Amino acid sequence: MKRTAQFLALGAFVAAVGLAGVVTARADDQKLLNVSYDPTRELYQQYNEAFAKHWASLHPGTYLQLQTSNGGSGAQAQAVIDGLGADVLTLAVKSDIDAVAKKGLLSTDWESKFPNKSLPYTSTIVFLVRHGNPKGIHDWPDLIKGDVQVIAPNPKTSGGARWAYLGAWAWAAKQYGGDLDKEKDFIKQLYSHVPVLDSGARGSTVTFTQKQIGDVELAWENDAYLAIGEFGADQYDIVYPPQSVLAEPPVALVDKNVDAHGTRDLATEYINYLYSAEGQTIAAKNHYRPIHPELVTDKSLVDAFPKLNLITIDDPIFGGWAKAQPYHFGNGGIFDQIYKPAQ
Amino acid sequence: MAASLTRSISLPNKLGAARAGWSFAKPSVIPGFGLTLGLAVTYLTLIVLIPLAALALKSASLGLPEFWALASDLRTVRALWTSFGSSLIAAGVNVVFGLIVAWVLVRYNFPGRRLLDAVVDLPFALPTAVAGISLSALYAPNGWIGAPLGHLGIKVAYTPSGIVVALIFIGLPFIVRTVQPVLEELEQEIEEAAATLGANRFQTITQVILPRLLPAILTGFALALARAVGEYGSVIFIAANIPYKSEIAPLLIVIRLQEYNQPAAAAIGMVMLIIAFVMLLIINLLQAWSRRRFGGN
Amino acid sequence: MATDRLATRVTLAPAFRPPAPARLVSPTTERPAVKWTLIAIAVIFLLVILLLPLVTVFIQAVAKGPGVFFAALSDPDGVAAIRLTLLVAAIAVPLNLVFGVSAAWAIAKFDFHGKSFLITLIDLPFSVSPVVSGMIYVLLFGANSVLNPFLKTIDLQIAFAVPGIVLATIFVTFPFVARELIPLMQDQGSGDEEAAISLGANGWQTFWHVTLPNIRWGLLYGVLLCNARAMGEFGAVSVISGHIRGLTNTMPLQIEVLYDSYNFAGAFAMASLLALLALVTLLLKTILEFRYGDELASARRH
Repeated sequence: MKRTAQFLALGAFVAAVGLAGVVTARADDQKLLNVSYDPTRELYQQYNEAFAKHWASLHPGTYLQLQTSNGGSGAQAQAVIDGLGADVLTLAVKSDIDAVAKKGLLSTDWESKFPNKSLPYTSTIVFLVRHGNPKGIHDWPDLIKGDVQVIAPNPKTSGGARWAYLGAWAWAAKQYGGDLDKEKDFIKQLYSHVPVLDSGARGSTVTFTQKQIGDVELAWENDAYLAIGEFGADQYDIVYPPQSVLAEPPVALVDKNVDAHGTRDLATEYINYLYSAEGQTIAAKNHYRPIHPELVTDKSLVDAFPKLNLITIDDPIFGGWAKAQPYHFGNGGIFDQIYKPAQ
Repeated sequence: MAASLTRSISLPNKLGAARAGWSFAKPSVIPGFGLTLGLAVTYLTLIVLIPLAALALKSASLGLPEFWALASDLRTVRALWTSFGSSLIAAGVNVVFGLIVAWVLVRYNFPGRRLLDAVVDLPFALPTAVAGISLSALYAPNGWIGAPLGHLGIKVAYTPSGIVVALIFIGLPFIVRTVQPVLEELEQEIEEAAATLGANRFQTITQVILPRLLPAILTGFALALARAVGEYGSVIFIAANIPYKSEIAPLLIVIRLQEYNQPAAAAIGMVMLIIAFVMLLIINLLQAWSRRRFGGN
Repeated sequence: MATDRLATRVTLAPAFRPPAPARLVSPTTERPAVKWTLIAIAVIFLLVILLLPLVTVFIQAVAKGPGVFFAALSDPDGVAAIRLTLLVAAIAVPLNLVFGVSAAWAIAKFDFHGKSFLITLIDLPFSVSPVVSGMIYVLLFGANSVLNPFLKTIDLQIAFAVPGIVLATIFVTFPFVARELIPLMQDQGSGDEEAAISLGANGWQTFWHVTLPNIRWGLLYGVLLCNARAMGEFGAVSVISGHIRGLTNTMPLQIEVLYDSYNFAGAFAMASLLALLALVTLLLKTILEFRYGDELASARRH
């Protein structure tokens, strides 16, 4: 009898472990998880505050818990496939969300669900250099001259890394007009100048700014401005290459999860609000290029963005993500073939 | 001891049968053997053995050729080398200074001795991430220690030296705490005998005391080494994490996991687990040797 | 020479006393110059290697003023991280306590085959890298695992969720209580318990009234260390957590998040809480060793 009681007590302990997880995960119904890519921490911190107010005005008296997870876009997509319960995906590249859709978590035509191919904002890749640009880096070929050290994230895990790669490839494609060997050679040389590949774009910025490693970082435009804001314009300069890539970080809601959590309305409104005046203004404030600049309340924010010559992913050089992702970044793709880090 | 006391008390019937032939456990009046051992073994199995088995199975499912290819990949080998090499250097430094610290704490009395004695355990109590950001701030080019060193042309943070510094931090208590009890129990008569036989102090220390401390020193060294090889939190903030140069093996595992390359991560993890087993074996052998040579420790 | 003086003292008759030497050197200690040099080396080494990092944490935490300090701690993500850390410790430490007592009882009071193997297994988590400790749970409960389909049907999320964090924390803090109690109980032997049994006490009474008072300080010591590690674990939790701000970030992970967001003062503010915990742990530990040293059999073993 005593022994039975002891074993029952034991069982209770074990149950407590599992229960703790379930209870903590189900504490609130009105909870939204936004799984995002690496540099958007500040953007979504501000956006979540604004959205919470907006939601409260629509539904007074509801308790809202908005959570964000940040990490390299590819790694985040895999985590969601693995079971990370994302309601909303705000990733860096379309192919990452496609990968999640392929596993049945959302419909494969997710792109058409929201305006402008599910793009509330766009961005580009710029060169973040030390103040005064001592190594004179102005264009893509400057990255491989001499002993220039380039900081870029890992294309296997980071979306920003893939945009940076594509920006470099676009230059090579123009320069060598279709000569695949020369193009591959340029990319190979580029990555041989990269001493360390962080898993996410923010990681790279931390390496460049905190650890003071490298001469130039291939950074998201918004992350570059953020670094200058944090550390001062007397530390770093932003160099816009004559030609770069139009980075399109899309958004989507994860059908399977929102239906399971009962958050479809919340998630839909969350994404729609990104396109509103408030959402677009917050994006512009954080140096993301809003898709509706006319809605931004402070025009100076919009004017601050330089006009650029940007190549899109659908350009024949790349042929869209469906072609580019496996060709360049898949197992055995171009990146795998050429990657040998600076030894 | 307890055995004779046990036999003089009449044993419950069910244990009587165990006396004939091989028995798993020696009979005892004390109840609860089944419950406690069962509980302990079940817990151990669920929490430790099954997950470790999952790792072993995953590695085995790769097949030996692929496992070998992943484990002997140049980046993996360099990462293991970085981890192991830095750990060796750090443990070595800790042996020297740990010995001095242990000696000073046991043999001498000076103001603040109690305080320092307590502080030695700090690396045990302080979380590794806290140590990591703190060391990185301290040894960075603009840090309190990094700045003066920088004037001398020595860079610590974001170089392989930074890794060694972090590993020195976390390994120090192992040496000190294994040597201290042995030092405390060292009989003074032996040193006095050596002195009467004509040895000077230096000879006494090197030829009489140190050999007696050797098992403890080696044990502490092995413990510090085992801990340092697997260390993650305190190293990644202060290291540049440059592949082939200053990338430690645990970080490479994390990177492979983030790349969703589970086979590679499992292979590296398996190698590290095997290293851990070997270290554990060495430590146990050292402790057994020490017990044989010098009695209970 | 020291030994000459010693020989001289011994062989001369008490009536004839040579002049007292200017400095009497004991044969079992070093010259003062050596002694103080060694002390200086030890003190400087400890100050630089151990104390400076500790001090840095607190100074950096308040570097940007109390406003930033409190903001980091009262920020919803920060509060959630603190709550999660406390929850994880509140589950892991008692479970490991029960296990530790159980294992120590079995090992110390009984003789059985495989005892040393069991002890080695208990020591295992100490040698395993924290990253590997976390990874094994990802392999066991993550997407590609055998258990995953089953978990999906009962809708239980272990990897990248709180249960996974709890399990990983249990793994790394597993041995602390057991390692503290086993040698202690082995040293104490079974005499007291056998006496109690012979006087008619049953197992529970014996444990509660005889064993527990004997081991309580060792138990407390082990729990202290277990708790400090449980709250501070980084590597293992980092691998199995989903890094969801406000949900699956413990305090150490939150420190990394703040660090990556350039909020260094905030990172150090959170770190200072953990450093404070470390100091309290050290303080309690020292008090226990000081007052109950003889009751902590392996007072200095780790």
